[in-house]
Amino acid sequence: MNLVKPSAQKLFFITALSLLVTMFSFNAQARFETHDFANEQMEEDYNTLVFELRCLVCQNQNLADSNAELAQDMRLKVYKMLSEGSSKEEIVEYMVARYGDFVMYRPPVKSSTFLLWFGPLIFFAIAGLVVFSYVRRQKTVADKVVDEQQQKKAHSLLDDE
Amino acid sequence: MSRYVILISFFIMMGVFAVVLDRMGSGEYNPRDIPTEFIGKAAPGINVPDLYDASQIVKTEDMKGQVWLFNIWGTWCPECWREHAFLLELRKMGVPIVGLNWRDEAAEAKSMITKMGNPFIKIGFDPDSSVAMDWGVYGAPETFLIDAQGMVVAKHAGGITPQVWREKFKKHFESPAFSSQQNTAQESL
Repeated sequence: MNLVKPSAQKLFFITALSLLVTMFSFNAQARFETHDFANEQMEEDYNTLVFELRCLVCQNQNLADSNAELAQDMRLKVYKMLSEGSSKEEIVEYMVARYGDFVMYRPPVKSSTFLLWFGPLIFFAIAGLVVFSYVRRQKTVADKVVDEQQQKKAHSLLDDE
Repeated sequence: MSRYVILISFFIMMGVFAVVLDRMGSGEYNPRDIPTEFIGKAAPGINVPDLYDASQIVKTEDMKGQVWLFNIWGTWCPECWREHAFLLELRKMGVPIVGLNWRDEAAEAKSMITKMGNPFIKIGFDPDSSVAMDWGVYGAPETFLIDAQGMVVAKHAGGITPQVWREKFKKHFESPAFSSQQNTAQESL
């Protein structure tokens, strides 16, 4: 067997390429069924809604990405409601009234979702403070100037040996 | 000093982690649980045909004046098979349970009932999730408790066990209204 060790450059290239591929694959939206839309606006609304509503079975997927049976039925419900002339807001309201804010990938900011929205910021601020105080402490240690007297003392201590 | 802070916060985090894991293990906490929006609100309608008689429409209003359970199940759901025996027991105790057969084949649903017994006074047939969505159902089994005024009082996602029954549902069936309901049920037997 003739195994060639890839050079660092090659490795970097491969990694960058695979990262790019992963990034773009998120854009490829899974489509499970096709609907006939009366107009472009309706199609746009449908796509926005299935993208923004959460599948409640596989909870980390939106309706557009999920092939769970409930997600299929929820997509169909969204389509039916749009066909019957419901607005986007009305459909979101319908879902939220039944499944709560959790059904939305972007829940409204209110007391129950406060931590969800601002938790990361708060953690970031705490981490920032910790790093800041740590760096400052290091700096004050480094900045301590050794005065002449201390230097003499150190020398005499060393000379004693 | 700061070393102790780090150590103590580490142990606090481990403690929280252990408590959560323990509660998940004992079934007291389910991170996937979605709290229902219906507690204290009027129960939604059912309005789908009966599994056994398509000309009959199963309705929420039919149950008015009674404390009852609404149980969502399907033959495809192993947890539903598991809770079935206990539902039969509840039926024997006089607890009225309306079933909703969800996303299923009528023939399969009927054969499961024939094989395992029927704990339901009525079974709505909901192959396309229309009722399930109206009730905010996201899995099976799920069970709602509706009071005599038609309000949703409690809900449980997952199979009903004797423990769940004792903790969540039993007390609502101990009111005088329910015992009189039970008496009339027994008289009619």
